[in-house]
Amino acid sequence: MNALKILVPIKRVPDPATTIRVMSDGSGIATDNVKWVINPFDEIAIEEALRIKEKQQGEVVLVTIGQTTWQEQLRTGLAMGADRAILVKTDAPLDALAIAGILAKIAEGEKPDLIILGKQAIDDDSNQVPQMVAELLGWPQATFASKVEFADKKCTVVREVDGGLETIAFNLPGVISTDLRLNEPRYASLPGIMKARKKELKEVAADSLSVDLAPKLKIKTLAAPPKRQAGRKVASVQELVQVLHTEAKVI
Amino acid sequence: MGDVLIFAEHQLGHFPKTTLTAIHAGLELAQKRGGKAIAVVASDAPDALAGDIAKYGVAKVIALTSPALKNYLADAHAQALANLVKAIGAEYVLATATAMGKDLMPRLAARMKAPMASDISSIGDDGTVIRPMYAGNAMATVEFEGPVKVISVRGTAFDAAKPGDAVAPIEKVNAEIDSASTRMEFVSFNQTKSDRPQLTEARIVVSGGRGLKSGENFKTVLEPLVDEMGAAMGASRAAVDAGFVPNDLQVGQTGKVVAPELYVAVGISGAIQHLAGMKDSKIIVAINKDEEAPIFNVADYGLVADLFKAVPEMAEEVKKAKAH
Ligand SMILES: Cc1cc2nc3c(=O)[nH]c(=O)nc-3n(C[C@H](O)[C@H](O)[C@H](O)COP(=O)(O)OP(=O)(O)OC[C@H]3O[C@@H](n4cnc5c(N)ncnc54)[C@H](O)[C@@H]3O)c2cc1C
Ligand SMILES: Nc1ncnc2c1ncn2[C@@H]1O[C@H](COP(=O)(O)O)[C@@H](O)[C@H]1O
Repeated sequence: MNALKILVPIKRVPDPATTIRVMSDGSGIATDNVKWVINPFDEIAIEEALRIKEKQQGEVVLVTIGQTTWQEQLRTGLAMGADRAILVKTDAPLDALAIAGILAKIAEGEKPDLIILGKQAIDDDSNQVPQMVAELLGWPQATFASKVEFADKKCTVVREVDGGLETIAFNLPGVISTDLRLNEPRYASLPGIMKARKKELKEVAADSLSVDLAPKLKIKTLAAPPKRQAGRKVASVQELVQVLHTEAKVI
Repeated sequence: MGDVLIFAEHQLGHFPKTTLTAIHAGLELAQKRGGKAIAVVASDAPDALAGDIAKYGVAKVIALTSPALKNYLADAHAQALANLVKAIGAEYVLATATAMGKDLMPRLAARMKAPMASDISSIGDDGTVIRPMYAGNAMATVEFEGPVKVISVRGTAFDAAKPGDAVAPIEKVNAEIDSASTRMEFVSFNQTKSDRPQLTEARIVVSGGRGLKSGENFKTVLEPLVDEMGAAMGASRAAVDAGFVPNDLQVGQTGKVVAPELYVAVGISGAIQHLAGMKDSKIIVAINKDEEAPIFNVADYGLVADLFKAVPEMAEEVKKAKAH
C-alpha cells in the first residue's frame, strides 16, 4: 500500500444544537451564546483521513481559512490525531469560490494525494467548496461519500445519491466530500490533546496567496424565517383521522 | 442578456418531477431578467428526452450529446455545459438542488469562475435571490457579481412546469469534452427498490424516527400505514444512522427537503435539522409519546400516544375513512 498525504479543510461553525437567531438589523446572526465547533461533516472528514493513514501510512494536514480564533478547531483536529495544521488567516467574509481558490492554492503547494472535505458547512448550507476545489485543480470528485476504498492508486467511492447508492472510481489525486454515514468520528483523547500542543500550526495570510478574494456572491441581508404556529392536540386516533378527513381534507 | 440555461436532469430515461420544478423556476427567472429560457438535455442519446421537455414552455431545447455523457459524471458534464454556456452566451445556469444538481452546479460554477447560490427558495425582481442558511433559521437575500451566475433551486419552493400545446425547437449540439482531462469512472448504481411514490414527489409523506426502534418495526408497524395512505416513506437521521431504512429516505437539513400536503412524523422528536426538511409541509401531524417533544411546536395536529398502539389503529381508521 502507498502512503497517502491527505489534506482536510475544516470550518468553524456554531454547534448544531445552538438555537440560531437573526439580529434585528439583518446584518448577521447573534453570536453571544454560540458555542463554536468543527463542522460535523469535517469531523467525519478528519476521521476518514485518520483511518486511511492508520491503514496505509501517510500524513494528515488540516487547513482552515478564517480568523485567529479558528485555531481552536485546528487544535481539536490535531488532538484527534492529525499531524499538522495550516491557518489561512483572513477577517474578510469570503464566498465559496474564494475559499476553493485558496484551498486549490494550498493544494498546489502541499501536493496531497487526496483532499477530504465535508459535504456541507452547516452554517451557510452551501455544499459548494469541495466540487469547486476539484474543478479548480482539474481533479476527480466523489461527493456525498458513504464508503471509501483503495486499491493501490485507485480510489473507489460509494456515494449517497437520489434513489440509491452510486459507485464511482478514479485514480489519485482526487477530492472526496463526506456524508453522514461514512464513519463515526472519534473524540480527542487526553494524551491526544497533550500531543496536539506540540504539533505544527502554521499561519499564512490569505492575501499573500494571490487568489482573487473579492466575493462575487454577496449576502445583502438576513431575515428570520416565517414562524409556523403550533396547532392543537387531538385526543385519539379516531379524532385525528376524522379531522384529516373532514377538516383538512387530505385523506 | 438574461438568458437562462436550465439543466434538465434525467434519471434512468425519464425526468423526475424535480426537473419540471427547475423548468418552472427557470421560466420565472428568464421572465424577470428579460431573457429566454433554454433547456439542455445532456446524454449520449438525448433525442427522446429532448422531445419530451420541449412541451414545457421553454424557448428552445438543446440536445447536448457525446458518448462521454452516457453516465452522469461531474467532470465531463461540467466541461460540456461550461462550453455550451460560453457558446450560447447564457447569463444564468439553473438546476434543482437534487443530489446531481448539488454535485454538478458548483463544479460548473468554478469552471466559469462564476458565483453560485445554492438551494434558493425565491427569485427577486431586482436580480437578488433568497436562500435558507443555518438549517432554515435564516433567510439570506444574496446578489451576484459577474457575467455568469449559477443557481440551484429548492425543489419544494417552486411549482412543477406543466406541458402546453407549443413545442420548442430542438437543436442538437455535439458536446466538447477533452477526455484527457476527465478521470472519473462510473462503476455502478445500486437502486433502492420501492413501489411507493418518490419522497420528493408524494402528496403524503409518513416518516419514522428512532421511536420505531428497529427496521423490522418500520416494516410491520409503519409501512402498513404508509401504504394505506398511498404515501411515500421518510425517516429521521437517527433512523437512517441506525440502519432501519436506506440513506436516501432521510428528511432534513442534510437530507431531502419535502413539502407535501400532509406530513406525518412518527416517533420523531423534531430536532431543528429535521424540521429544516419538512416545516414547509402544508399540514403536519405528529405522533409522539412525549408531549414536550419539539415536533409538536410545528404540528397542526398532535397526538400524544404510544406509536405502537396508535399507528396500527390509524391504518385501520384511514381504511374506514377511505371507504366513505
Ligand atoms: C450535521 C448534522 C446534520 C443532521 N441532519 C439531519 C437531517 O438531515 N435530518 C434529521 O432528521 N436529523 C438530522 N440530524 C440529527 C438531528 O439533530 C436529530 O438527532 C435527529 O433528527 C433525531 O432523530 P429522531 O427524532 O428520530 O430521534 P430522537 O431525537 O431520539 O427522538 C425519538 C422520538 O421518538 C419518541 N418515541 C420513542 N418511543 C416512542 C413510542 N413508543 N411512541 C411514540 N413516540 C416514541 C420519543 O419521545 C422521541 O421524541 C443532523 C445532525 C447533525 C449534527
Ligand atoms: N473557511 C473554510 N476553511 C476551510 N474549509 C472550508 C471553509 N469553508 C468550507 N470549507 C470546507 O468545505 C466544505 C463544504 O462547505 P460549503 O461548501 O461552504 O458548504 C466544508 O465542510 C469544509 O470541509
